[in-house]
Formats: sequence, C-alpha cells, structure tokens
Amino acid sequence: MTAFRALIGRDLKLAFRAGGEALTLVLFFVMVAVIVPFAIGPDRPQLTRLAPAIVWIAAFLSMLLGLDRLFRNDDEDGSLTLLRHANLPLEAVVAAKVIAHWLVTALPLLLATPVLALLLSMSWAQWGQTVLALLIGTPALVSFGALGAAVTVGLRRGGLIAPVLILPLSIPVMIFGVGMLDPLAGSGATLFLIALSLVVTAFSPFAAALALRVAGE
Amino acid sequence: MTLASGDLGSLGMAAMNQPMPVSEAFQPHLSVRGLSVRRGERLLFADLQFELAPGGVLLLRGPNGVGKSTLLLAVAGIVRADSGRIEGAEPTELHLVNYQSGLKGRLTVRENLKFWQAMNGATGLGLEAALDAVGIGGLGVLEAGYLSSGQLRRLALARLLVSARPIWLLDEPSAALDAEGEALLGQLIDAHRARGGIAVIATHHDLRLADPAGVETLLLGGVS
Repeated sequence: MTAFRALIGRDLKLAFRAGGEALTLVLFFVMVAVIVPFAIGPDRPQLTRLAPAIVWIAAFLSMLLGLDRLFRNDDEDGSLTLLRHANLPLEAVVAAKVIAHWLVTALPLLLATPVLALLLSMSWAQWGQTVLALLIGTPALVSFGALGAAVTVGLRRGGLIAPVLILPLSIPVMIFGVGMLDPLAGSGATLFLIALSLVVTAFSPFAAALALRVAGE
Repeated sequence: MTLASGDLGSLGMAAMNQPMPVSEAFQPHLSVRGLSVRRGERLLFADLQFELAPGGVLLLRGPNGVGKSTLLLAVAGIVRADSGRIEGAEPTELHLVNYQSGLKGRLTVRENLKFWQAMNGATGLGLEAALDAVGIGGLGVLEAGYLSSGQLRRLALARLLVSARPIWLLDEPSAALDAEGEALLGQLIDAHRARGGIAVIATHHDLRLADPAGVETLLLGGVS
C-alpha cells in the first residue's frame, strides 16, 4: 500500500511541478465553452438546452488531449521498465497511475464546470447533474485512455493514435453521460453509465499492463 | 557464444568459497539454461547457459550490439526469451541498472530515492546513508535535473542500496563515473558479494573488485 500511495504521490508531485500541462487542459475545456455561444448565437433557451452536451464534448476532448502523457514520460526515462521490478504488480502500478491521472486531468475539469455553467447559462440543478454525470463518466474515459496510452507507448509519435484508437470505445460513455441529463429519461442511462464505468475501471489495469509488457520487449 | 573461462560447475563452486557474513546473507541461485533470444528477425544468441551461486559475479563481454544488454533484459524478465529457462530471477529479487536512470529531473535527489525505496521496499540502507555511500550526501535537496551524468549514475546506484535485493543486473554501471566513482562501484559490488549477492555485469571497463576469485567472464560472440 505504501508503494501504491508513493506512486500516486510522485505523479501528483510531478504534475504540480510541471504545472502548465494540467492547466492547458482546463484552459482548453473552458475555451470550448467560451466559443460555442458565439457559434450558436444569442439564443439563450437553445444554449441552455445544449449546455450539458457542450460540457461533455469539451470534457471528452480535453481528456483525449491529456492522454498521451499517462505512460510516455515514464517510458522515456526508464521508470516503466524499473517499475516492473517493484513490490507491486504492474496491474497495480497502472491502477495507481490511472488514479493519479484522473486527479490531474479530470478533477480540475470538474472544478472548472461552474465557469462553464455560467457561460452556457445553465441552471444550478442542471449544473449539479452535469457534474454528477462527469464524476461517474470520467473514470471510464481515463481507463479507456490508459488502454490507448499503453498500446501506443512504444510509438515515438503515438500522440494522436491513442485518442483515435479509443474514440469508438469511449463514445458509449458520452452517449449515456449526456443521456443521463435528459429530463425525460429515466434512471436507465445513469445505471448504464455507472455499470460501464465500473467495468472499464476494473478491467483496464489488467489490459493496459498486458499491453505494457508487450511494449517493453 | 563461448564460455571463456571455467566450466559451469566450477563457476558455482568458486563462488561458494567466498567469505560470507552470517547476518542477512542472501541465498540466491541464478540459473540460465539453453537461452536463446531473438530481436526482430535476428538471433542474438542461442543455447546460452550459466549458473551463479551466492557471491558469484558474471561479467558479460563482447563487442557492441552482440546482445549483452538484451541478455540482461531477458534475465530481468523484460524481454521474452525465444527458448530456454531462467530460474531464480524473481522480479522482486533483482535490481536492474541500465542507461535509463528512471529518475525524474523535477524531483529532488532525496524524493527520487525515497520513491524507489517505497516501490522496492525499505529493506536496505536509509536514504541519507545511501546517498553518503555513493558520495552525493550533500545534494539531497537539489533537483535531480541539475545533477551531472556522473552524479545521476551515483544516484541510480543508491537505489540498489536502499532496497536490499540479492541479484544485481548492471549494464555498463561505470558509464559516466570518474575514477573515484569506479573504485566506489567496485566497493559496492564487493560488499554486495560479501552478503551473498549475485551480480551479472555487462561492461567494457575493468571493474575494480577486491577479490577476483569467483568472477566469471562470458564472452558473447555473434551468431550469424
């Protein structure tokens, strides 16, 4: 457990010291929301209706953008190889890195959602629901991302391949995430999103660890 | 592939004669049999074997590109062997040192070492003692990015000291080290052997070991 915590702690520390990268994602997230009202025009009811979808698109894209650095730095400086000999199975190493990655890339987005709510003239109830949907859905996005990042870690310019690879996988997350916010929908979408998130989060460390083992050769 | 000196049996026996302290002595036994490794289409070596008993050191020699690093990676479990068996090399029983340091420039020297201590188990020296032992005792609060490559190498070696593990796989461990550093490396390996540890070392330099007995050399040659 010490090792698990130490790994999360190190990744958080590195993210804070590098600073800029995490901030870039938040900035991108907010920028999308700033642009959309200009594109749609001054139709507030329509904007309110589209707001949850816009927030999801913005979150989706910024999470895809941040994906690449999940394993790449550790691969380049050899940490990933040395972590294979740690007192922690590679699956647990991946899980720790996924948690740290969620804290660094998804949590700041959640914290920035009030700004988007304001820009997109969302009601507070709508905002609360969106945050809840993101809270449930983002772990699935990060987990799919871990899969994509692990598969492409050996490619020197894999930066864009990973997002393209996991895009089709992550679309259900988006569908149910937005579906959850439809006032006419029952609890079906919510349950589906929770199920999807739990399953992906549980399985991705194993799949990603397998991919990393193969990439190490 | 040729075994340059000694046959397999004497290799283990010579190592057994090393003086061994009773406390926390390791009892590793590394055995490699019939190992073949392929990189891409190229067969690097075939049917390679060696055996190491506590205190044993194996030096891997041979020209560049002959597969010394790959052999170490195969023993470390990173590269899959084409055929053959490697016994006694549990991932949590060994340390690998290669040209990649696994150190983060944005973390301080102490933070880097503390991280690897947490990952590999705090079974060896304390942080400060380990940093002192490799001669960078005063640099603990400095960010590792400011270290010279020789100092980085010393920090990478300190990683071996904070977590006691019986098998050391060292790939050019003296790279970037100064004369004093090379002497230090020799002392570290001597101390490791005295505890019963095993080392497999790929190097082009002559290591300064106190006791050359029990040191075997494996000369790798190309298999076409």
